[in-house]
Amino acid sequence: MSQTILKVNNLQAEIDGKEILKGINLEVKAGEIHAIMGPNGSGKSTLSSVLAGRDEYEVTGGEVDYLGMDLLDLDPEERAWEGLFLAFQYPVEIPGVSNINFLKTAMAERAKHKGLDPISAKDFLTMVKEKSALVELNDKLKNRSVNEGFSGGEKKRNEIFQMAMLEPKLSILDETDSGLDIDALRIVANGVNTLKSDDNATIVITHYQRLLDYIVPDFVHVLYNGRIIKTGDKSLALELEERGYDWLIKDFA
Amino acid sequence: MKYTEEDLKEELEGKEYEFGFTTDIESDRAPNGINESIIRFISAKKEEPEWLLEYRLNALKVWQEMVEPEWAHVTYKKPDFQNISYYSAPKKKKELKSLDEVDPEILKTMERLGISLEEQKKLTGVAVDFVIDSVSVATSFKEKLGELGIIFCSFSEAVKEHPELVRKYLGTVVPTGDNFYAALNSAVFSDGSFCYIPKGVKCPMELSTYFRINDSGTGQFERTLVVADEGSYVSYLEGCTAPSRDENQLHAAVVELIALDDAEIKYSTVQNWYPGDKNGKGGVFNFVTKRGICYKNAKISWTQVETGSAITWKYPSCILKGDNSIGEFYSVAVTNNHQMADTGTKMIHIGKNTKSTIISKGISAGQSHNSYRGLVKIGKGASNARNFSQCDSLLMTDRCGAHTYPYIECENSSAHLEHEATTSKIGEDQLFYCKQRGISEERAISLIVNGYAKEVLNKLPMEFAVEAQKLLEISLENSVG
Repeated sequence: MSQTILKVNNLQAEIDGKEILKGINLEVKAGEIHAIMGPNGSGKSTLSSVLAGRDEYEVTGGEVDYLGMDLLDLDPEERAWEGLFLAFQYPVEIPGVSNINFLKTAMAERAKHKGLDPISAKDFLTMVKEKSALVELNDKLKNRSVNEGFSGGEKKRNEIFQMAMLEPKLSILDETDSGLDIDALRIVANGVNTLKSDDNATIVITHYQRLLDYIVPDFVHVLYNGRIIKTGDKSLALELEERGYDWLIKDFA
Repeated sequence: MKYTEEDLKEELEGKEYEFGFTTDIESDRAPNGINESIIRFISAKKEEPEWLLEYRLNALKVWQEMVEPEWAHVTYKKPDFQNISYYSAPKKKKELKSLDEVDPEILKTMERLGISLEEQKKLTGVAVDFVIDSVSVATSFKEKLGELGIIFCSFSEAVKEHPELVRKYLGTVVPTGDNFYAALNSAVFSDGSFCYIPKGVKCPMELSTYFRINDSGTGQFERTLVVADEGSYVSYLEGCTAPSRDENQLHAAVVELIALDDAEIKYSTVQNWYPGDKNGKGGVFNFVTKRGICYKNAKISWTQVETGSAITWKYPSCILKGDNSIGEFYSVAVTNNHQMADTGTKMIHIGKNTKSTIISKGISAGQSHNSYRGLVKIGKGASNARNFSQCDSLLMTDRCGAHTYPYIECENSSAHLEHEATTSKIGEDQLFYCKQRGISEERAISLIVNGYAKEVLNKLPMEFAVEAQKLLEISLENSVG
């Protein structure tokens, strides 16, 4: 049996007193890809923010077990050190800080807190070369400031490049497909597929079925009004594409 | 000198103002107050020639007629000038011939500042002049520099050994009556550094002065004079610290730079005077006049990292007198808690084809106020003058303030002037993005701030850049809100 990476039990969360997540249940095992779909405002991005530890959201109930740890008890950076990665829907610009320096700092901090030796400069550069090829990231972008002046597609590819460098145990892709043209979509999906292994897991949050043509999920969950209202295999995504959400939602409205 | 993550961690553990120790050295000080007999006392103590005494007495007269300026965006209780001791010197028993003869307490102070002379000598090849309170304690590398004809010594020594040079240039860039604090300094300055680079000589090492206020109830009034003769080059560094004290200490320095034809002076400052505690008690009042003059094809570049002082009032400026001369000003000014800084530059274009660049990066945290004040003046004869100014402000909290007062006076229509300004707030989004990648908050702030200030930090000599980066980190701990 595969290892359970994430187990979410009856998770509830609110922002500014407004309840967004109303009891989420989800189990993710090693080697699996889960897609979370749903109409706008259903709570998809809230779920990814809560799992990553963004403090604007207040968890009001439920538990999240991550690799045997109480995830909600960890700071965002501790979650990162334990291998949780969030690819942002809107990657943030950090002027004056080179992409490479940013990643080196992130990796050094993690090594320090895990009591490991930092990666050598030589190994780091080899890794950069290898992983950037994966998402066809332009050499120049690596030395530019983090996301500054990147096009939408470059930003998303940079997220996947960082993901490749940090080798997470659990990756959450928050609307990574939004704003991508078909070529960029293919490149990003190819990166994600290459990084997939029997030891890690991926949660793909998306609005459209389109991305799932390239990243084939083991499970598809439909999130609506703060709850998962239906779970199925990849055929569910195709059905949603064809019929929309209305036939599912009407029972829950 | 490698600087590792571990070093950084260690640095970050000392959260309070780190340089808040006092050194237990016997000192020789003047009674409080300022009047003619005090001036005579200082001058006599320093065994000065008659012309210098006259210079001081004249300055006293000028100063007494002046009023303390109030136009800066700072508020403070004005110092009681009669309640300050204008001369405090570590008691010197005999002439110092080598480092071994320096008071071990002073050597200890230097070690705590991380600038042990021995180490400096071995590792960095930086020549250091060290000024405690008012008196220059030791100058290393003098002989080596001497072979090239470079003079680098304390100001009082220069008065004795090279009176003709001092007399020729003293007060030529910052005249006695220039402003209230410059006049005060001209009357009571006690020591400082003097540097002369002969024609055509490129100074092979960074020259460096460390200033420290040690004794309580004293002011520090140092005088720095750097003369780069035709075609010469020098890079000069200045660092400042002071012990933590409840009272406000006054620091009113004057720095004059003279770059003769084809000469270049690079002047870098890391200013970390005690900023006061988090409630705004104590701290140094830093009222400094710094100005340089460029002759034909000469260049002066000011780089400053300002993290200390309760009040800063400082405008390192360039007079671009000669044709084709260049002035530059790169500044990072950080204010936290109740600090107030009003700082900037003046670029006075007089010669033809003169160029100036101003990059100012203000960072405000806590309840502090940080102002950029600058003047770009293009004179009638300054045809084809060019200036580029960029003034950025970064806000760390919603209780602090950033203010920009750029002035432009242009009397020649062929001038080309550009001005850019931005104000931004350190984003929760940026911090969360860093944290999500495993970068802790303190490290993230330092990363973001250093990125923001990069253009300026890049201008500092290597070993100073590391120190400046650490200072930015320490100054801004727990400052986002």
